[in-house]
Amino acid sequence: MIDILKNRILKGIVTRQIEPELAQEIEAVGAELRSLIQQRFGRSLHLREVDTGSCAACESEIIAANNPIYDLQRFGINFTASPRHADALLVTGPVSKNMLAALKKTYAAMPEPKFVVTCGDCALDGGSFKDSYYVEGGVKKILPVVLHIPGCPPSPLVIIKTLLAFLVA
Amino acid sequence: MDIPTVIARIRNNFPEFSELASAQNYADELNIKVSPQDFKHTCLALHKILPSPVMMLFAQDERAGEGIFRINSVFVDFKNKEWVMVSMDIPPENPCFDSLAKSIYSASLFEREIWEMFGVEPKGHPDLRRLRLHDEVWPKGNYPLRKDFQKVEPGDLSDYKFSRVEGEGIFEVPVGPVHAGIIGPGHFRFSVAGEPIISLETRLGFSHRGVEKIFEGKSCLEAVRISECVSGDASFAHSLAFTQAAEKIFGIQIPAAAAYSRAIFLELERMYNHVNDLGGIALDAGFSFPAAYASVIKEVILQLNARLSGSRYLRKINAIGGISIGLDETKKQMLLSSLKELKRDFKELVKILYSSVSFMDRIDTTGVLRKKTAEDLGVTGLVARASGIPTDLRKYFPGVYKEAKFRMAIQESGDVLARLRVRIFEFEESCRLIEEFSGKLIKGEEIKVNAELKGGSALGYTEGWRGPVLYWLKTDTRGLVTRCKIVDPSFLNWQGLSYAVLGNIIPDFPLCNKSFDLSYSGNDL
Ligand code: SF4
Repeated sequence: MIDILKNRILKGIVTRQIEPELAQEIEAVGAELRSLIQQRFGRSLHLREVDTGSCAACESEIIAANNPIYDLQRFGINFTASPRHADALLVTGPVSKNMLAALKKTYAAMPEPKFVVTCGDCALDGGSFKDSYYVEGGVKKILPVVLHIPGCPPSPLVIIKTLLAFLVA
Repeated sequence: MDIPTVIARIRNNFPEFSELASAQNYADELNIKVSPQDFKHTCLALHKILPSPVMMLFAQDERAGEGIFRINSVFVDFKNKEWVMVSMDIPPENPCFDSLAKSIYSASLFEREIWEMFGVEPKGHPDLRRLRLHDEVWPKGNYPLRKDFQKVEPGDLSDYKFSRVEGEGIFEVPVGPVHAGIIGPGHFRFSVAGEPIISLETRLGFSHRGVEKIFEGKSCLEAVRISECVSGDASFAHSLAFTQAAEKIFGIQIPAAAAYSRAIFLELERMYNHVNDLGGIALDAGFSFPAAYASVIKEVILQLNARLSGSRYLRKINAIGGISIGLDETKKQMLLSSLKELKRDFKELVKILYSSVSFMDRIDTTGVLRKKTAEDLGVTGLVARASGIPTDLRKYFPGVYKEAKFRMAIQESGDVLARLRVRIFEFEESCRLIEEFSGKLIKGEEIKVNAELKGGSALGYTEGWRGPVLYWLKTDTRGLVTRCKIVDPSFLNWQGLSYAVLGNIIPDFPLCNKSFDLSYSGNDL
């Protein structure tokens, strides 16, 4: 316990510890995002993540966007465990045939109003795997996608910035 | 061992053995060709004398050129630092062979894979359910890795049959493929009696993207980029194994600076994943402070990766013939000073974990995978080392690791704690290795040589953070890929998890799962 306390005090708030320009950028982006989300979604935006056959790097970056350095949660964006509590679906991967039914069911389980965001080049059009016999090739063929976060994988900062740009528009 | 010695030893074990052909194309690879009648017993003999699990077992469709299907089985000989590959040709009119699964368990999954992808039947296999092409969406009789496969023909769909545990008071708990957390897709079916798990069936394949087929027809240059997307958190290990296979075929000796730099990046990949798992294990035990702390350390390493190479996940570094990004003096200094901080932070993290009695109590004796079980299943890599099996390619095929006096981690107890300890040891060892290797980098050295494209086949291998990543590659005369067989360590290790959780309670499953931290995409391909 003592160790934890000591460490806690010595480390301070880690969100401030990334490179200064980066930190400022996140803060600026984040403050705007927070007020927007408060207006539009009644305090917080809840996302449900579905992996439709990604290589796991996209997941890793989404998780990183939630780490204490980027800390997406402080701007009011949360990840929920159930589609029933979600405002939006965040989809990664090129949609393997085996995940098609699960993806549709997850979307169907969400309450209206709802929207779909894709994350990573695979989810856009299948990426490197678009010609495969086992890939549907892109989420937009299956569900109405309103926003794409580009990259392979998109960095946490790109994830945060793209979400903001979309919500502002 | 040279070929005559291997053959003499096989004959000792299997007197009727006669080989059709044999060759040693590379210093570390022996190829023995046998008739279909002899294949099974040759494999059994090698399995016993080396001893080695089946490290790879895969098919090639050579009907167009040679009029046959070829089956290859690969064993590893740690003592003599080489790989032994046994091959046989199968006539396409009656594509089947004698199954090894009942005698060598580690062959079982590979044979199922051959059956579903090539339609070559392992006769006598006890369980031929499909692994990746799910019965609900893929009609019978379509074999995508056959060369003449064009598109899927309509046909019968059916349902997957889970193995059932029956009896009074047995409950089934299905979970997935969409999970509560942000993780890959897999379906877990627990059978519980009261609290303890008495059976776990894992159904995977949800991330199947047809990776091996995607490789075919690609130039090696394009293929390196694809290998980085096979298992995203092991991008570097995968691209390294691929490039090594290609370099063997093209007869390239990479420059020393490239070998040291590759080893540095390989260890950085190990570090960010190991610390990530330490955090994950803490989180799944409900201990959130160290989990958050570990995620900060991971982020620091990812940012370091980006500053060194331009990629947080170490992509676009490996190239055929060396590396495309050099580590100059400034980068070297940056690396060394970051390492100093990382070591200090990591020590703190370990101290916090070890000094929590309730955390230690939770992971001690949880999720035990016994050595015997691990050996029988052919479990590899980190998980095997935590169960007392001394196996690490960095030790037995050392290359640059030899001068650095690599020390292998090993634990006996096979529980979550043992896997945690292996990770802690390896993280610290990686720091030391990187310091050693970066001392060897000399300014202005060449980092890449040019390749002359050729046809041939070879095995590439490297010890990624989960365990051995294997790529068997075949190219045509223009250097285009004609077959690429990938084995991620997760493929055999997923079975280890099903055994490790037995007798544990469902709430401890996430903990056990995280302590294995296997790849869905690397398994499903
Ligand atoms: S977009 Fe790139 S990082 Fe994301 S899942 Fe696809 S291959 Fe992996």
